[in-house]
Amino acid sequence: MKIAELVQELNLAVRAAKGNLERVVTGGYASDLLSDVLAHSKEGNLWITLQIHQNIVGVASMKDLAGIILVNGREPEPETLEKAETENIPLMVTEMPAFELVGRLYNLGVGGTEE
Amino acid sequence: MVSDYRISKVQELIYEIGVGEIMQTDLVTVDPRTPMSQLRAILREKRISGTPVVDGDKLVGIISIEDFIRWLADREEDCQIAEKMSKNVCTIYADEPLTQAVNIFQRFGYGRLAVVNREDKKLLGIITKGDIVRGLLKKLEIDHVAEEEVYRHRVKHFFDDILADKVVLLFQYDVVGHDFARAGEGASRLKATLRRLGLAPQIVRRVAIATYEAEMNVVIYTDGGKMRVRVEPHEIFLVVKDSGPGIPDIEKAMQPGYSTAPEWVRELGFGAGMGLCNISRCATKMDLKSTVGKGTQLNIRISIDNEAKSENS
Repeated sequence: MKIAELVQELNLAVRAAKGNLERVVTGGYASDLLSDVLAHSKEGNLWITLQIHQNIVGVASMKDLAGIILVNGREPEPETLEKAETENIPLMVTEMPAFELVGRLYNLGVGGTEE
Repeated sequence: MVSDYRISKVQELIYEIGVGEIMQTDLVTVDPRTPMSQLRAILREKRISGTPVVDGDKLVGIISIEDFIRWLADREEDCQIAEKMSKNVCTIYADEPLTQAVNIFQRFGYGRLAVVNREDKKLLGIITKGDIVRGLLKKLEIDHVAEEEVYRHRVKHFFDDILADKVVLLFQYDVVGHDFARAGEGASRLKATLRRLGLAPQIVRRVAIATYEAEMNVVIYTDGGKMRVRVEPHEIFLVVKDSGPGIPDIEKAMQPGYSTAPEWVRELGFGAGMGLCNISRCATKMDLKSTVGKGTQLNIRISIDNEAKSENS
């Protein structure tokens, strides 16, 4: 599924890189530990987290992730937004907690990193 | 900074791109003798809000959903589209720049423009504001990809010109301690550089993860340091050196989950005690030396030939 479709289905608010939503998501990874994401996420994954500081963009860019969804209505810091625009990493926010969001993503056919 | 670049790029593009490049060419047209009562079905079926009216191959007007609504509201009897269409059609030539179309949309508030050939005035397509936005976005994306291609091309030819039995490249990145805003910058610049050198993506990824983690350690625990990267034909050597506090017990530090990071660093999602394990998983060989009070030196070797070793094994 493309990010743009997920944005529509889940009513996500896109905060950065609005022009880069056509990428097809390869799966999802949920974690708030950056090293954990570096180790276990896969290229093209959607990352679900509550971290909002700019280093999340660095991690997403390192791993070529498709985008980041911030949960619990948390808003990215201004530096995070700026960096996400520069790196062209889509940044989305939702009011949903992580567990609900992951459940909804599974229902839409977005699985985890296990093949 | 970035938005300035984007805006000026868009300004450039609307002068550069011709209307003909982004217009819709799979045209739906109607005959002027078609009854108004059939218009709704046509517009709905094709999911459009207006369409050129063509007699033979001559453009005679444009009919839109607004014309249809006006006709409905007036409760008139059914008639031919020819009677209700706008007859003085505003056209634009396919070879005109986008800026011309933007000006016309702005001045007259039309929803669509008929695009015609300058020579024979034949209808070629139509253009809407949506087409312009889509066209610009696509062009921006293509430009971005093309830029990176140019870099790669340049780097490759640079090597063709070097006469030597062996070429070794050396890169150095300075890491500022405790500066979380710039943390990861070195790793990210190195990653872009290795990509331009044309290294295999899985090698680039392993180097990127290893340097990112190492850089984070320098940022979190020390006052700063340096990362030196030596790229050889079959191997990449990374040396990350700092003059920080040193690691008292390396064996312990290597254990997954062991961390001495302060609470505020952990709240940012760092310092989970996984950095060194991540590095060792990406490395073909790893060597960590440290003296308390003096500093730490991390040596990593990543083999380029042995691509089979995945970062998860």
